Amino acid sequence: MSLIAITEVKKRFGDNEVLKGISIDIAPGEVVAIIGKSGSGKSTLLRCINGLETIDEGSIVVAGAQFLPDETHLKALRLKVGMIFQQFNLFPHLTAGGNVMLSQMVVKKTPKKDAEAVARKMLDRVGLAHKFDALPDELSGGQQQRVAIARALAMQPIALLCDEITSALDPELVAEVLAVVKELAAEGMTLVMVTHEMRFARDVCSRVVFMHQGRVHEIGAPEDVFANPRTSELKQFLGVQ
Amino acid sequence: MTYQFDFGWLIVSLPVLLKGIRITVQLILIGAVFGVALGIACAWVRALGPKWLRPVVATYVELIRNTPFLIQLFFIFFGLPSLGIRMSELTAANLAMIVNLGAYSCEIIRAGIQATPRGQFEAGASLAMTPFQAFWYVVLIPALQRIWPALSSQIVIVMLGSAVVSQIAAEDLTFAANFIQSRNFRAFETYIVSTLIYLALAILLRQLLAGLGGMLFPRKASR
Repeated sequence: MSLIAITEVKKRFGDNEVLKGISIDIAPGEVVAIIGKSGSGKSTLLRCINGLETIDEGSIVVAGAQFLPDETHLKALRLKVGMIFQQFNLFPHLTAGGNVMLSQMVVKKTPKKDAEAVARKMLDRVGLAHKFDALPDELSGGQQQRVAIARALAMQPIALLCDEITSALDPELVAEVLAVVKELAAEGMTLVMVTHEMRFARDVCSRVVFMHQGRVHEIGAPEDVFANPRTSELKQFLGVQ
Repeated sequence: MTYQFDFGWLIVSLPVLLKGIRITVQLILIGAVFGVALGIACAWVRALGPKWLRPVVATYVELIRNTPFLIQLFFIFFGLPSLGIRMSELTAANLAMIVNLGAYSCEIIRAGIQATPRGQFEAGASLAMTPFQAFWYVVLIPALQRIWPALSSQIVIVMLGSAVVSQIAAEDLTFAANFIQSRNFRAFETYIVSTLIYLALAILLRQLLAGLGGMLFPRKASR
């Protein structure tokens, strides 16, 4: 039984068809890396899973929550999948703790005291318990991204979508974020990540999806995809001949 | 030509002057609170609200921004009674200031909302907030922070513009000044005193708004 079922999904921006029929089934606990050139549709696919983009054809079902573009269905879907962005998107007027507390209180109507307890726990989980009262501006990029992860985790999602979450970070800050993601993977969290960190994809992911021109071009275990790329496009992308 | 300054009238006229100050302060406090609230509501409609409501708000905003405040005031106080809507001078003055500030602050606040990075809305959405929740809890405070200096200036402008409500006999500071100088024939002294009072009120109001900004917005957050 797959946790995330993506079936024949098509997506057009005007005349430009960016997803040309994508089908992927993701099992609970899987860690899936989506790789590919820019413009291959990988970010769009991820954004569709969270309902940030509408789809034109096909279906996306996450643990029984069907993606339909109305507020009730979107809310049900988004309660199941959290999303982490390239640009962190922390709320600048709230402290790290406030960022993690807000959606619990607003969406789930969790009492403030309980939300704070969860926030402290989640910040501790990403190693930032001591930054509870810091504003986003006072944090490094890596710390901001870890707060964003804690914020998503506080909603207790069953899957996390990571959209190039280390691409906006200085090289020395990438490791601390990936360490958190690695830990989540080890704990059994289902992860779908668009990434350029090939090493990380090889070491941590259970499956790798190579997208090319709006299609799933190759899919398989990382050792197969990286060691034995079958198509010339993937070979070229990986820089092997 | 020598002119003998005389401020002796101040003692006798002090109660009138104080009442005028009280009315002006009251007008600006009510006008600012409800005017900015109206501005926020209108800005939400114009930037993010239901499409069918946008032309309605746009019409209101353009109507107010392109007509004189005095005419708006006259229309409310002298015009509306023809439709059976009657109100006291003070209510009419309050209403005119709210309606006027609502339109100007709508445009200022809208600019702040539209300068919000898209990622903020998306982060709210990805946390299962409704679009309105994302606006209210995520977007609004940083948007207000962005435009706070401009909004503060507009509120001060409206405060100073409130002088014209004396024209419908609302007993504000200007009304008091007119009244006093018509009794003591000391126009220069009376108006210099009222000018200084307006100046003090404006500076005080700016300080108040700056302080309020300091409370509403965290120290460093900016984007």
